[in-house]
Amino acid sequence: MLRLPRFTLLEPRTIDEAVAMRASAGGDASFVAGGTDLYPNMKRRQQTPATVISLARIRELQTVTGSPEQGMTIGACVSLTTVATHPVLARHYRAVAHAAHTVSTPLLRNMGTMGGNLLLDTRCNYYDQTYEWRKAIDFCMKRDGTICWVAPSSPRCWAVQSSDGVPVAVAIGSDVTLASARGVRRIPAAALYNNDGIAFLTKAPDELLIAYHLPAVGCPPEAGGSWRATYHKLRRRDAFDFPVLGVAARVDRDGDGMVRSARIVLGAVASYPMEIPEAAAALVGSRLDPLTIGAAADAAFRPAKPMDNTDFTLGWRKEMVRVYVQRALEELAED
Amino acid sequence: MTERKVIGTPRRKVDATAKVTGALRFADDLFLPRMLHCKLLRSRHPHARIVRIDTTRASTAEGVIAVLTGRDLPIPFGILPVSEDEHALCPDVVRFVGDPVAAVAATTEEAAAAACDLIDVEYAPLDTVASIEEGLDPGKPHIHDYGDDGNVHKRVSMEFGEVDAGLAAADHVREDFFFYEGNTHLPMEQHASLAEWSADGRVTVWSSTQTPHYLHKAISKVLEMSPAHVRIIATPNGGGFGGKSDPFNHEVVVAALARRTGRPVKIALTREEVFYCHRGRHPTLMRIKTGVKRDGSILAMDFTSFLDGGAYGSYGVASTYYTGALQTVTYEVPAYRFRGARVFTNKPPCGPKRGHGTPQPRFAVEVHLDKIAEDLSLDPADMRRRIVQPPDSVTANWLRIGTMALGSCIDETVKASGWRDKFRKLPFGRGVGIACSSYISGAGLPIYWNNMPHSSVQLKLDRSGGVAAFCGATDIGQGSDSVLAYCVAEILGIEPLDIRVVTGDTDLTPVDLGSYSSRVTLMMGNAAIQAAERAKQMLIPAVAEKLRVPAGRLVFGGRRVFDVERPETGVSFAEAVQIAEARNGAIGSVGSYTPPRSPGRYKGAGVGPSPAYSYSCAVAEVEVDPLTGIVRVPKVWIAHDIGQSINPMLVIGQVEGSVYMGLGEILMEEMTYRDAERNLVHHHPSMLEYKSPTTMEMCDVHTILVNDPDPNGPFGGKEAGQGPLLPIMPAVANAVFDAVGVRVDEVPCSPHKVLRALKEKMKGRAARFGPTSVPDYAFPPVTRILTPAQGGTGRELDGRAHSEVGGPVGGPVEQAGETTAAAIGGLTRERDR
Repeated sequence: MLRLPRFTLLEPRTIDEAVAMRASAGGDASFVAGGTDLYPNMKRRQQTPATVISLARIRELQTVTGSPEQGMTIGACVSLTTVATHPVLARHYRAVAHAAHTVSTPLLRNMGTMGGNLLLDTRCNYYDQTYEWRKAIDFCMKRDGTICWVAPSSPRCWAVQSSDGVPVAVAIGSDVTLASARGVRRIPAAALYNNDGIAFLTKAPDELLIAYHLPAVGCPPEAGGSWRATYHKLRRRDAFDFPVLGVAARVDRDGDGMVRSARIVLGAVASYPMEIPEAAAALVGSRLDPLTIGAAADAAFRPAKPMDNTDFTLGWRKEMVRVYVQRALEELAED
Repeated sequence: MTERKVIGTPRRKVDATAKVTGALRFADDLFLPRMLHCKLLRSRHPHARIVRIDTTRASTAEGVIAVLTGRDLPIPFGILPVSEDEHALCPDVVRFVGDPVAAVAATTEEAAAAACDLIDVEYAPLDTVASIEEGLDPGKPHIHDYGDDGNVHKRVSMEFGEVDAGLAAADHVREDFFFYEGNTHLPMEQHASLAEWSADGRVTVWSSTQTPHYLHKAISKVLEMSPAHVRIIATPNGGGFGGKSDPFNHEVVVAALARRTGRPVKIALTREEVFYCHRGRHPTLMRIKTGVKRDGSILAMDFTSFLDGGAYGSYGVASTYYTGALQTVTYEVPAYRFRGARVFTNKPPCGPKRGHGTPQPRFAVEVHLDKIAEDLSLDPADMRRRIVQPPDSVTANWLRIGTMALGSCIDETVKASGWRDKFRKLPFGRGVGIACSSYISGAGLPIYWNNMPHSSVQLKLDRSGGVAAFCGATDIGQGSDSVLAYCVAEILGIEPLDIRVVTGDTDLTPVDLGSYSSRVTLMMGNAAIQAAERAKQMLIPAVAEKLRVPAGRLVFGGRRVFDVERPETGVSFAEAVQIAEARNGAIGSVGSYTPPRSPGRYKGAGVGPSPAYSYSCAVAEVEVDPLTGIVRVPKVWIAHDIGQSINPMLVIGQVEGSVYMGLGEILMEEMTYRDAERNLVHHHPSMLEYKSPTTMEMCDVHTILVNDPDPNGPFGGKEAGQGPLLPIMPAVANAVFDAVGVRVDEVPCSPHKVLRALKEKMKGRAARFGPTSVPDYAFPPVTRILTPAQGGTGRELDGRAHSEVGGPVGGPVEQAGETTAAAIGGLTRERDR
């Protein structure tokens, strides 16, 4: 079988302890929560940290707090199973819970965490391979090599943002809190990501994502709420698979059903969660009628540029942007 | 008919508890004291000459005990005697990314892997052959120095009857082109082997193999050891599906390393390495042209196949023949032409995957017939029903058909599925499709020429009342160990769990050729019945004497031997054994099975004959999303002509497993490679990215077992492991057409293909996706063979046999012997599955 490389495992009990350990471990260290992303990658030698700092024993990272009226906070180490089945989240933050539910399989959701999902490594069919496979093509620039096999003349890496949670986090306007030995800061989720397959996160490597903050929903859903969001995921199989397209949409409407503001974010078509302001603009000031939805779907289709580095053909994946945006908005229109 | 106690009733497998509790020991569960771990260094070039290998750094690395290269194992091997083109480690040329070049034995798996990275190999890259078209290109370098024509490994060209005349006389002639992408077995258990060298110079190899007998031969050959000193123990297979039917390089390597080090050596392949072992479905490009009468009955069929064989021969010669052999078994085809060519390419070798060489032509034939029915405005179920090959007949290509219940299968499936209310009547986006198939219950001839039995069973009866049954067959999850117990228990009137089953051990068990070709139940079952009947005859005289009952009145049942006229007069089975043992000494018996001879005598006639053919019919219902092209299959109805179920629960398991595997093939599975600029690396050798259905994609299955006992089958039984797979792919493709009116003439039926065909349809162009031609390859002139209806002899028309007087159809055939061996020569060594 594939074996893990040797590493030192540290098990801090508090956030302060964790960030202190990270500071003293130097550059060659990694935090790990559920390990469902990191450990398989380590077996394939995509990442080979000398020191792995496990967050599993930090109690303060394992809570869900707040209220829909005030906004809620999900600790970084809350499992995806908990997020998917939490009664308050499932009712008031349906898109967040649903996105978590679509991740992989039940076993991996039990291990995988919300924080890990927001920080998922970008993926690519040339990168998510064993060391021996990658050696057979002389590696790629994301690890051990110099070329991007997806676009050989490109100076950058085109690995794909492949988390289900990320497009939703950006679309609903959530924040995240990052901690390091230098202190704590809270930033919008959208500011965490960068359109580069290698430098896909803006945070410093030693910063630990400790909390995921969901915005207030205003009033209960049955009273109209203040906004609605949804997530539609395209993948080969209804289990196990990463998205080859994720559509997260948030729509704020007034009492008459006119769209006040909207946010449409595509996952798995770029190295970052791709917000499509043109699609949102097509909705603002209108009702979610078929014509408006069609215009927004067209607007989302145009800039989407999937590359040949995931499952399915790229042409078909691009065509699916239109269909999936349309279906996401149709669902919100029926709400 | 006597009432049966065991056969035909659902019961658990003999190894069920061990399996569900996780107690069953697979090859990788085995650990021996002082055991070493082996890793293989594999080629990172698709085609290259090995200039130099330097193992110095690896040999001196920590924990490393031995390093082998191709120089250490120069003798080639291969499953078919006509294509022994593999080496345990490549001595001079590597032929695909993943071909092994060196092996390390070390104290830990980590140390072995690290040492592989320290082996320095200098390669001189060679031009690559990546596709069927490139394999036919005479300008490409030759991957092997043998074969029929450059990189054409095998080509076949034969004609039975007058095809052109048949096409000319037809009311309607249709020509279609199809492509079937390669796919792989994906067994849950990755291959693993453990070898132990004994102080007296013998080697024992435990391996997850379907064919311990052939592995026995290969290891003896490569290690130049007497077969008497080589013992192969087939461990329970965590799935085989044909992927563990070849002798593999890693199996030979651990045996060699055990000899070199004097210590046990184990290898457990990674999932990626299992993809490189492959031997799965050949990518196949096909052309089919059929002439029919207005009612759909076939006058002539012309079929051509091109197979992408990958880097080695494997079972490829047989695979090539199988793409042409069984078309005539399902429907009546009075004149038939088959031309096929298999090319070598720089990719992992293809071989026998469930259905071996027949799913591709079956897909082509069944979709083609669906189109013909559409052309003629016939209901495709009714049309098929009319043209089935009759029972007790001989086909145009000289295959003898015994029982044939395909008609009942069609009737049952049509009824259960509500076909009449659904076909062309469901709303747009939903549809039903039908397809049929047939398959062999074991091949009529062995892989290497010999006239010994194909399966043998030995029984040991002892005074405890227990019975030990020994057979070389291997349980790969299909339940053959259980079948052995059921057959013996039925005859001896005891319970299956009274029987200790010992299988797949070349030291202990008599030869069975292996778990492939859907042969085990029929052949082992018949051998078991013979052994048990003989054991019975050893008990009867002693018991009759003791009870003073005429021997003819003794029956075996309920763990007793008793007087059928006075059932209270009897002894327990254990007492019966004791009485006989006291009278005659130790009790043991043997039984064996050799298939009946086939009437075909032409070169190539060795592929296709079987003691009995199974038949299946399936209806699939689909939902097609016209905006995405995504196909979902909510339900499949399938009827299977099983002859007689030995254990219906296991048969249904095989049928449902076939449906599941079939859905994988038609909906998503693809064994594909990057282009030459990207070194022909496998697209995605992992369980995550090689897309195969999960339980979420599995449909409901309504299985109907049609019992029509075949005189050649044990208790009438026929195969179930492969046939039910075959109709699934075309049934789904035909249902897609019913749903949205487009044809995807390719497997898999991927969403982008459906969507493309829908767009073509909207533009008023041909509503299909698929190939439009096959390569213009110059096949040699066909070998002509007269059909039985033409009064042929089963031999080539221009051969010596032509002057002989042809016997009547299905009439007596010559006795086996030198003449027969010569007439089917070249082939007797080439076939199987």
